[in-house]
Amino acid sequence: MKVLMFGWEFPPFSNGGLGTACQGLTKGLKNNNVHVTFVLPKAQKDAKASHVNLISANNLVLENCDDIDFAEIQTLLMPYISYDEYGEKYKNLEDNESTVYGKNLYEEVYRYSKKAALIARFNDHDIIHAHDWMTYKAGVEAKKVSGKPLIVHMHATEFDRTGGHPNQKIYDIERMGMREADHIIAVSNFTKQKVVDHYGIPPDKITVVHNAVEFNDYSNSEVLSKKDKIVLFLGRLTLQKGPEYFLQAAKKVLEKDPDIKFVVAGDGDMENFMINKAAEMGISNKVLFSGFLRGNDIDKAYQMASVYVMPSVSEPFGITPLEAMRNGTPTIISKQSGVSEVIKNTFKVDFWDINQLANKMYALTNYDSLHHEMANNGGKEVHKFSWDIPAGKCVDVYRKTLTYAGA
Amino acid sequence: MTDVCFYFQVHQPYRLRMYTVFDTGNNYFDDKNNEKIMKKVAEKCYIPANKILLKLIKKNKGRFKIAFSITGTAIEQMQKYAPEALESFKRLAETGCVEFLSETYHHSLAFIYSKEEFIENIKLHEELMKKTFNQVPTIFRHTELIYNNDLAKAAEDLGYKGILAEGADHLLGWRSPNYVYTPENCKKIKLLLKDHKLSDDIAVRFSNKEHPLTVKKFASWINAIEGDVVNLFMDYETFGEHQGKETGIFEFLEKLPDELLKNNKFITPSEAILHKSRGEFDSKEFTSWADIERDVSAWLGNEMQKEAGRKLYILKEEIEKSNDKKLLEDWRKMQTSDHFYYMCTKRFGDENVNNYFNPYETPYEAFTVYMNILNDIMTRLKNKK
Repeated sequence: MKVLMFGWEFPPFSNGGLGTACQGLTKGLKNNNVHVTFVLPKAQKDAKASHVNLISANNLVLENCDDIDFAEIQTLLMPYISYDEYGEKYKNLEDNESTVYGKNLYEEVYRYSKKAALIARFNDHDIIHAHDWMTYKAGVEAKKVSGKPLIVHMHATEFDRTGGHPNQKIYDIERMGMREADHIIAVSNFTKQKVVDHYGIPPDKITVVHNAVEFNDYSNSEVLSKKDKIVLFLGRLTLQKGPEYFLQAAKKVLEKDPDIKFVVAGDGDMENFMINKAAEMGISNKVLFSGFLRGNDIDKAYQMASVYVMPSVSEPFGITPLEAMRNGTPTIISKQSGVSEVIKNTFKVDFWDINQLANKMYALTNYDSLHHEMANNGGKEVHKFSWDIPAGKCVDVYRKTLTYAGA
Repeated sequence: MTDVCFYFQVHQPYRLRMYTVFDTGNNYFDDKNNEKIMKKVAEKCYIPANKILLKLIKKNKGRFKIAFSITGTAIEQMQKYAPEALESFKRLAETGCVEFLSETYHHSLAFIYSKEEFIENIKLHEELMKKTFNQVPTIFRHTELIYNNDLAKAAEDLGYKGILAEGADHLLGWRSPNYVYTPENCKKIKLLLKDHKLSDDIAVRFSNKEHPLTVKKFASWINAIEGDVVNLFMDYETFGEHQGKETGIFEFLEKLPDELLKNNKFITPSEAILHKSRGEFDSKEFTSWADIERDVSAWLGNEMQKEAGRKLYILKEEIEKSNDKKLLEDWRKMQTSDHFYYMCTKRFGDENVNNYFNPYETPYEAFTVYMNILNDIMTRLKNKK
């Protein structure tokens, strides 16, 4: 089977879970004997990675994944980009570049979709698979050209990203994509429910396929001493990830145990707010802001931490707790997450429940046997995850969709 | 023909409320939930089952007999939340056909951690049995049927004539649980072993679809047995709770004695031990009636359970010195084995685990709540000094 897949980021230079998920899924599909052509927007002028680095990163990816064909489209699309951020990027372009890109985000999405149509014309495929809203138009255009069935994959809805205040245009694109699609894959029951409730999609058009986590190139060689009690937040500093709840819980725990330190790893539009808030609460000396981490530094951060906390307000899946577990770190996760549907050896709390969040931070940093048991059992549990399983479920969706389309 | 010895366990713990490290005050127990559960179990099991047993005893005029072991924490909660259930147990006691067994008042694991506390806790229970049922137990059974050679010796030293244990296959080998044995290194005390196949046919498998158990079928299995006594030991909640009313369990209970009395005799544990001992029974390791392992790993299997147990019992001396009755009472309620069972990680994650009235989502939560309360008990102790 041949799949034409539209994504928008790929490790090692990805900003979040989507790139990791696409990498895992494509590897799993390969193991399920599916051939994937992965279309990737080539991001430029990124604040975090220079033009040169990003190109080399893409080259690296191409070398590493010789079983997956990559096709790149020149665009300014970046993962998690907002309308305003796109405007900023566009303003900063050199004159000769600005003629190549669209004037606003929606034009850019449109341009990306036209290029996608071109690829669809010359690429041989049985089915089209598009990841999240920015690629939905591309998927729809590709479908128009090749006439093949379209699967759209919901990793996050606009409601998750904006804390329930969706941008109308993005919402419209998401709904259009899901209506035009032959079938929808959602990363959790939590996400499926959102799609049903907010987009009016019939439940039987949606299949839940939970994400997994990759272990192939992982070795837990470096075991750091865990003398310090460290509680870690790692994620984008945006409303969706609930970093403010982390700070409030930190403040509460410190009243009980002043020896605990808190690390906030990540950047985002709430970064300044967070730094100011910590100062305002009088806990700046206990909260360290490490900025955005990549690659090995992420694993090191998990290993150094006594506890990893994911207090997301709305997390369609949430792969980071699995990464923490893989590093032998106990976790506290928001009940408002997809990953809470699939893991057991963790603490699940409502993101707003500061009292319980703090209570559990205290427990995992002060009760040694609890830390020991959750780390051990969590480590064992997470090794059961393999991308071959969700990839196999995607193949089932492909087969059923193709049968239905053919009939 | 083989004699039949029925013994039912009645126990309810004081479940803890979701105490956080930020909580203060010594209201550790979830009164609301405990009341709800006690009322529910009384209504679904204790009261209707006792009614049937009383009827059977009266009807058979001394030929139908049974034994109970009821913990102190269950009786206290019956007094508070379901006095009519307690009254119905007293009516049974008055018939003279019901024997009450000895155990720790708080359904504890004290034997493993503190022999002194173990003995004191048994004495508490003995007084309660005297006061409530006007009986002094002569047969001992340990929490969750935990047993080993040392425990048998301790029970003998305390003057008990008999002790109960699981008829664990790995210890029995070729031997049958349907005879009376003498524990290794003991002279006077005798051992009664649970027939786990026949007991579980009622307690666990009664309502299995492929296993509709009729009175005739069960009686024929009993009659096929060679031996002196068949020990059918089970939780009393089997009737109406584990096996719901709709399964026909009460009809089964009501009709079984008539069928068995055609060929067999009902006896209580203190009568069962009058059978001749068929040899020594050696159990160096602990056995129990829990889970598939039938050992103590359900309460002592992981580091959390070990830390919690260690940190609880180490306080004994200080608690006693404090001379604080409420503190002593709270500390003892923390000994109940259920708290440790909730921390068990053995099959956590399996879908089909019997989480009977377990208030926690995870063993980690169970441990956290437990330790938060233990910390508060320690703070109270410190403040006493």
